[in-house]
Amino acid sequence: MSAATVHPLLKAKRRRATLRNLAFLSPWLIGFSVFFAYPLISTVYFSFMKYDGFTSPTWNGLRNWSYVFNDYPFFWPALRNTLWLVLVMVSTRVVFGLGIGLLITKIKTAPGLFRTAFYLPYLAPPVAATMAFAFLLNPGTGPVNRILGDFGLPTPGWFNDPSWSKPALTLLALWGIGDLMVIFMAALLDVPKEQYEAAELDGAGSWARFRYVTLPNISPIVMFAVVTGVIQTMQYYTQPLVAGKVASGVIGGSGQQFEPGYPEKSTLTLPQLVYNLGFQRFDTGSACVIALVLFALAMMFTALLMRRRNGFLSAED
Amino acid sequence: MSGSTKTTAVAIAAAAAISLLASACTGSSNNTATDDPNKDVTITFWHGWSAPNEVKAINANIKAFEKVHPNIHVKVQGNITDDKINQALRAGGSGAPDVVSSFTTDNVGKFCSSKAFADLTPFLKKSGIDPAKTFPRTMLEYTQFEGDRCALPLLGDAYGLYYNKDAFKAAGITSPPRTMSEFKADAIKLTKTKGDSYSQLGFMPNFHGYESTTTHLAAQWSPTYFDTSGKSNVATDPAFASMFSWHQDMVKSLGGFAKLEKYRTTFGDEWDAKNPFQTGQVAMAIDGEWRAGMAADAGVKFQVGVAPFPVPDDQADTYGKGYTTGTIIGVANTSAKKNAAWELVKYMTTDTDAVVSFANAIHNVPSTYAALKSPKLKLDAAAKTFVEIAQNPDSTTTPASINGGTYQLTLQDFGYAYEAGKQTDLAAGLKGVDTQVDKDIAQAK
Repeated sequence: MSAATVHPLLKAKRRRATLRNLAFLSPWLIGFSVFFAYPLISTVYFSFMKYDGFTSPTWNGLRNWSYVFNDYPFFWPALRNTLWLVLVMVSTRVVFGLGIGLLITKIKTAPGLFRTAFYLPYLAPPVAATMAFAFLLNPGTGPVNRILGDFGLPTPGWFNDPSWSKPALTLLALWGIGDLMVIFMAALLDVPKEQYEAAELDGAGSWARFRYVTLPNISPIVMFAVVTGVIQTMQYYTQPLVAGKVASGVIGGSGQQFEPGYPEKSTLTLPQLVYNLGFQRFDTGSACVIALVLFALAMMFTALLMRRRNGFLSAED
Repeated sequence: MSGSTKTTAVAIAAAAAISLLASACTGSSNNTATDDPNKDVTITFWHGWSAPNEVKAINANIKAFEKVHPNIHVKVQGNITDDKINQALRAGGSGAPDVVSSFTTDNVGKFCSSKAFADLTPFLKKSGIDPAKTFPRTMLEYTQFEGDRCALPLLGDAYGLYYNKDAFKAAGITSPPRTMSEFKADAIKLTKTKGDSYSQLGFMPNFHGYESTTTHLAAQWSPTYFDTSGKSNVATDPAFASMFSWHQDMVKSLGGFAKLEKYRTTFGDEWDAKNPFQTGQVAMAIDGEWRAGMAADAGVKFQVGVAPFPVPDDQADTYGKGYTTGTIIGVANTSAKKNAAWELVKYMTTDTDAVVSFANAIHNVPSTYAALKSPKLKLDAAAKTFVEIAQNPDSTTTPASINGGTYQLTLQDFGYAYEAGKQTDLAAGLKGVDTQVDKDIAQAK
């Protein structure tokens, strides 16, 4: 039936149906437009503009892009650090979280106590936790190096040494493993017991049971942990900033110039640059370029992981 | 119009609308001041002071102002950081401040060039105030940018040498060093090693040693950061190369970068009682005038000496100079009460009694010639030294730049790499600093 011959009553009915559907969709549509589409389009727009937040934006062509990629000395170190953290920190957190989850589900004595002990650090405010770690790992006065020294082990510079600052941040992230531990515990407790029993009857050892029963069952959760971990690490801001400030001794108060990324740009991350450029140097355009790079990276990593969609399919599927 | 074309058109229209909306959502500033300062009005004043004695002093100042201007009421908000100031000035609106003070003189360039702060020249003219006759030269320098006077000095800071008199006596040193070679000899004499560390260090030269920053130390060589065309001058002015060479020699003479850096990690916080000078970990330090009061409050167990920081041997006749900086105050361009706001700024920065009482209360350097000469100014020996440094014609400051202190960070970054031995070619490194600074400024323009 062509549009011209549609009965007016039917047309009105369709229009009402469309409006009803849109009304039901409106909370999501409004949220999506206001909190995603508008900021994203604005970010793209401002990345081509010269805008300091005080005066109206003016067209700047590709200058912001060229500045960030060619002339801004913090961009490439920050990108390298962010990628390092995505690869190393996310994978170690997932492995460690899974390991702790496995241990806690096996513990028979006071499991509640252990669960609480491992979960509590996750609740510590990031600034307080980072400051505590900076003091614990202080190469001059911290107890960690004193203990290592007593055992005749090497005493790293931790947050004061560019080759140890990111591993130190990884340690801090592992300490706050409570979030992953909880979701892995839930996944592990959800694995059907009969499958383990059947595997045991077939003579499967503990590794084989983990490899062929546990992993396929919890693979969607592993994938979820990886994807959310990557996105969180892309937004990693507070801990490296606080660690750098505390270790450098320059808190940035009283008119002092704070050097971001101490030591030697090793704790710089892309979100720090967005803040530094956009809110401290009034260069909104360049800040938007970096924000878009972050967005593209997050999309790329997520797409790569989602392409391994079968990871999301449990053994039952 | 086909369905797909219609969709595309709608998408383009939406994008254009959002872009227009985005461009409209910007803080607006205007340079007009049309409000009547004699009408009953409430203005908001933001400042960064947080210590109880400082807050008490600023509140007393405001009270005195309200007595003189009973129609102007001041809503005071303390402990404000520069980041908060930046965002409030950009956002504007009723929540934004009318009068703003900041400790970061480096931001003046940003505040002036972005028009975040109102140009004070018309107000000064209207009030018959000649800045050159009212404020010391260096203070005038760091409160303007390229001829735009968008801020005024509200007390100042000067940097000098603090030394442990007891340690000097024990080492047989009779007077504070005046030249860099004397300073080096004294620092070595005062240094006591203990295993692979120190029980006392003569001076912490490393750039992370709190106030021993590249800019604070470089001031003793009277450097010129920018040439007349506004280009970075770091590689051209021999002052910088001389400072870095002296610095590297100091680092080597006192045990080397790694050993010093490890010792630095044993220092307590700069702003509390565990400051390394106060604990006796270092016998000499470069610091601002506030340290004397802090050391007294911390109850140090030795006699504290204060003197100007030493100068290069070939500039011995300029002894007495130092690095100066201070607090700045301005009127927000988004303010709709600029005339009333100016009355507060004028009172706080030019009323001699107000400046003197505030300087006495928080042990800062007064920022007007009249206040410096005032008989009401209470100066102990330490404060007197810093006032003299601030007034010394050879004292210098770091100039304002369009992107704030970015050029200082670039120089500082090179300093960190050079002291750690990661960069060995001084001339090439300084050229690199120039190149980077010029690129950053070009991007900000």
